[in-house]
Amino acid sequence: MELIIAIRERLRRILITVQEFSLFTVAVLRATFTPPFHATETVQQLYFAGIGSLTIVVLTAAVAGQALALQLARELSNSGAKSELGHFMVISVVRALGPVLTGMVVASRMSAGITAEIGAMRSSDQIDALVAFGTDPMKRLVVPRVIALLVSLPALTIIGDALAVGGGGLVGLQYHLPWPMYVNGVLKYLTPKNLLVGMIKPFLFAIMITVVACWKGFGSEGGAKGVGASTTESVVISSVGILVLDGVLTRLVFRLLDW
Amino acid sequence: MIELRDVDYSINGRTILTGVSFSVARGETRVILGPSGSGKSTILRLLMGLVRPDSGSILIDGEDITQLDEERLRQIRQHIGMVFQQGALFDSMTVGENIGFSLLEHGQEGEAEVEAAVLRHLVLVGLDEDLIDRMPDELSGGMQRRVAIARALAARDPRILLYDEPTTGLDPQSSARITDLILELRDSYGKTSVMVTHDIADAFKVGNRITMLDEGRIAFDGLADDLDRSPLPLIEEFLAPFRKAVAAAYRRLPPGGGAGRASTGSSLSGGTP
Repeated sequence: MELIIAIRERLRRILITVQEFSLFTVAVLRATFTPPFHATETVQQLYFAGIGSLTIVVLTAAVAGQALALQLARELSNSGAKSELGHFMVISVVRALGPVLTGMVVASRMSAGITAEIGAMRSSDQIDALVAFGTDPMKRLVVPRVIALLVSLPALTIIGDALAVGGGGLVGLQYHLPWPMYVNGVLKYLTPKNLLVGMIKPFLFAIMITVVACWKGFGSEGGAKGVGASTTESVVISSVGILVLDGVLTRLVFRLLDW
Repeated sequence: MIELRDVDYSINGRTILTGVSFSVARGETRVILGPSGSGKSTILRLLMGLVRPDSGSILIDGEDITQLDEERLRQIRQHIGMVFQQGALFDSMTVGENIGFSLLEHGQEGEAEVEAAVLRHLVLVGLDEDLIDRMPDELSGGMQRRVAIARALAARDPRILLYDEPTTGLDPQSSARITDLILELRDSYGKTSVMVTHDIADAFKVGNRITMLDEGRIAFDGLADDLDRSPLPLIEEFLAPFRKAVAAAYRRLPPGGGAGRASTGSSLSGGTP
């Protein structure tokens, strides 16, 4: 009997959490597309999210792209199909690996930063102070971060993809694949459909990362320990969320495009 | 001006306040006294409309704020300044940006006018003008509280001021500066105030009337002298450490040195022990 009560209570809490998160997401989306907008705060967040994440994205994309290209080039070369390296790099980087890798790197950095900052503001009454001075925390704190990531994550994904695919060409040279042949392969498969599959993801990842990070920040309780726990949860949820969302989106897009 | 009628408030099934009623007249300072966890700060959050009660009504200038939508609440808040526990200064902004926050955010004033207002309020709370570009974490606790008071005052010159434990954690000198400032704001500027504290000396110094809370219920409501003379065991127990401290301070004074007692009329008054 106690077990049933415990399970029922657990389910009730899960449902309440899902409801709260859904309402928060709707409120964020509504606030994001309605004025007023805090321009200065948005520009600061754009700098933090975009320029601040550039180094780790470049580094990760270059290293991961090179490793992937090495694996592919070796296998394709052995089977006499090294001319297909560009084709395989576009499919694997632009459609799958690029958005996920960039999303994960940016999520780990931004989720932690956003949750910790908002959580610290919550525990020191700064959020209540904003409300007391007539400022909507959703507009002041959440919307600039959503806009910043909506702009910067797709841009960072493009940069990461370009570096990874470009690096593939350099690896191809080591396997005696001429640069023009590699570029032709890349351009042939850089179709609108492939780009659509790859570029729809960062926009949705951006919304998911910021909504989760802000929600966890606003909900953090219990001082430094609570902020630390919320920050950890935020990074874990965002990272796992990216993988889950990637799987769902890939299936959905494949079905919609009738692939 | 402010009236709470039979207010109940609970959170996550835990009762915080039960049947709380009191009123604050224009230009009066009401002190809410009580041990930690008795629901003192919750009353300020209710008055600010940051949380809503389960039942009862809260009237500000005759308008029940428990029934208002967020937009109207925002308008009401324009007449209320709140000094949060520990100041709650925005740590990513300078002192000047903190004080001018409300004017920069919602006002029509130009930068020069905002800066002039910031400097005026810095001087009003007894701080140097050259602190304007400092960050909050470069200031002492007492200075941070005074910046918080300046920020509350600069926000459209509020008629009501709410202080949440404004002297907690401060040294006696800084604490005295803050309470002197609160008195000045009441006596010279006619501000209506509600101050939450667990410091009895502060309560007797600034309060016209005192409300004492115990586990979310009002245990005492009246004048400071009446609290001093109250025979209730709970109040006796709460005042005992303070009485001991005052008695010890008097024993240390040279003969005839006890003449400097404050003039609130209470046998307990006399500043921070």
